[in-house]
Amino acid sequence: MSRYFIDRISRHIVSIFGIIAFLILVLIFIFILKESLPALQGIGIGDILFGSKWYPSHEAFGILTMLAGSVVATLLALVISVPLALGCAVFLAEVAPPRVRQITRPAVELLVGIPSVVYGLVGMIILCPLIARLSGTGSGSSVLAAAVVLAIMALPTISSISEDSLHAVPAQYREGALALGATRWQTIHHVLLPSARRGITAAIVLGTGRAIGETMAMVMVIGNSPIFPTNIFAPARTLTGNIAVEIASATGMHESVLFVTGLVLFILVMLINSIGLIAYRRQAS
Amino acid sequence: MSFNPKLTQKLAWGFIWAAGIITVLVLLFIIGYVLTKGMPAISREFLFTEPQGGLSGEGGISSCIVSTLWLIATTMVILTPLGIGAAIYLAEYAPDNRFTHLIRYSVELLAGVPSIVFGLFGFAVFVLALHFSYSILAGALTLVCLLLPFLMRSTEEAMKAVPQSQREAALALGATKWQTITHVSLPSALPGIITGVILCIGGVVAESACLYVTMGGSSGMPTSFLSGGRTLAVHVFYLAMETNALDKALATGTVLIILILIINFITRRLSLRFQAKLRGET
Repeated sequence: MSRYFIDRISRHIVSIFGIIAFLILVLIFIFILKESLPALQGIGIGDILFGSKWYPSHEAFGILTMLAGSVVATLLALVISVPLALGCAVFLAEVAPPRVRQITRPAVELLVGIPSVVYGLVGMIILCPLIARLSGTGSGSSVLAAAVVLAIMALPTISSISEDSLHAVPAQYREGALALGATRWQTIHHVLLPSARRGITAAIVLGTGRAIGETMAMVMVIGNSPIFPTNIFAPARTLTGNIAVEIASATGMHESVLFVTGLVLFILVMLINSIGLIAYRRQAS
Repeated sequence: MSFNPKLTQKLAWGFIWAAGIITVLVLLFIIGYVLTKGMPAISREFLFTEPQGGLSGEGGISSCIVSTLWLIATTMVILTPLGIGAAIYLAEYAPDNRFTHLIRYSVELLAGVPSIVFGLFGFAVFVLALHFSYSILAGALTLVCLLLPFLMRSTEEAMKAVPQSQREAALALGATKWQTITHVSLPSALPGIITGVILCIGGVVAESACLYVTMGGSSGMPTSFLSGGRTLAVHVFYLAMETNALDKALATGTVLIILILIINFITRRLSLRFQAKLRGET
């Protein structure tokens, strides 16, 4: 075979691979939409999104409690995680002695890869009993436990990406500020953090998307009762957990509503990403 | 604001040190806790017997190890050529037009979609519609969809990092485009590509949500990629939720952490090699 022939064939083969990959990705979206249609038409998006009762056996398919569960657990996790992660990023990028950084940096990166069930397991064994003792009631499976587990899982992601963007700030900025007599904290606060905020925004967006999509660790510590998360010491259920727990036994309309739940998750993640993108653009201008 | 700069400096420094130390300690504590509690329960018997089920969670994890290996093999056999092929197309052939932008956009979009949504898709398509039932194959195909965006991105980035001048030199010597790719671009980008592939293996090991709904979780020894199965990560979930054997869950968690440590070590070495190669040191 001539090399020109092989060149032509190979070109076609990789083009086909490229198109297959694209088709798979499109197919996922179309399929989830298609499977959601019966519920969207039969029950209506309003009744699903804003219905607060989830009794699949009695044809009550409101996912508002789970939507609230996901959002509250994620927001609470961010409140805990973001200050700690940013503090840790500044610590590793600017404050820590080089020897400390050499040990902690790989450790933090390693933690991004630890399976989420391991975090969930430790949460179940240590955190839940602790929360049960603090609140005095229940088993400790609660919104608070879920938020703390999510916060710990998001820490390495947010911290390591933020640290990278702090490192990317040109050294002249830092030296310029210090030369003008700013303290090191003033330099960090007024020069470094503003310059790195695009990367920091990206880190927080990524961490939020991961948190809202986390499934098994949530099932392990949140208690999985579809009730409103009005009390952080009480159990709740997340959208992700709802799919995982019920899909195997669901049929008909119930199954279709679970696909709508998936669609809502999909849209939530897209919303988070677009908010991040808007913040990113605004900072750029 | 008229705070005393020196005082603010001290307060801020206190917070930063505290945040750094708390974060590192919390994370070290989790790993340390799992390893110290799990290590004593790991024995030859634990690794080489099947889980017996039941509330007390008797038995070991042999079938979970075998399921995990089957799943890694099946997933990677499909994912690697597809992901790398598609990335070669995007990096070397794709014209700069709307369609290419659309592909890139959908890859970006799907990289952020939660694992359980892929699980939902895999359950409906592979388990039900295509009649693979709960099987390693259904789990593997779902994982291919989940990991494809990641592998495409990491491979494309590795290929984009190869200097354009090297490609032009090969083309100027009369090589065809394909010869340039196989003899110049791919070899230079190889450590970066392999790093991406190994990280995908790490993803297979760590993943649980989309496998929980596509592999069925039977704890028996799988005989082929059409059997149902339960990976180590999913086993941790079952042990924690359905048995009292938290010690066995911690031991399985320890095995997982050790696997991730090994994968992390290999990728770290490879990416150092890749950076050295791009600088022209080897």
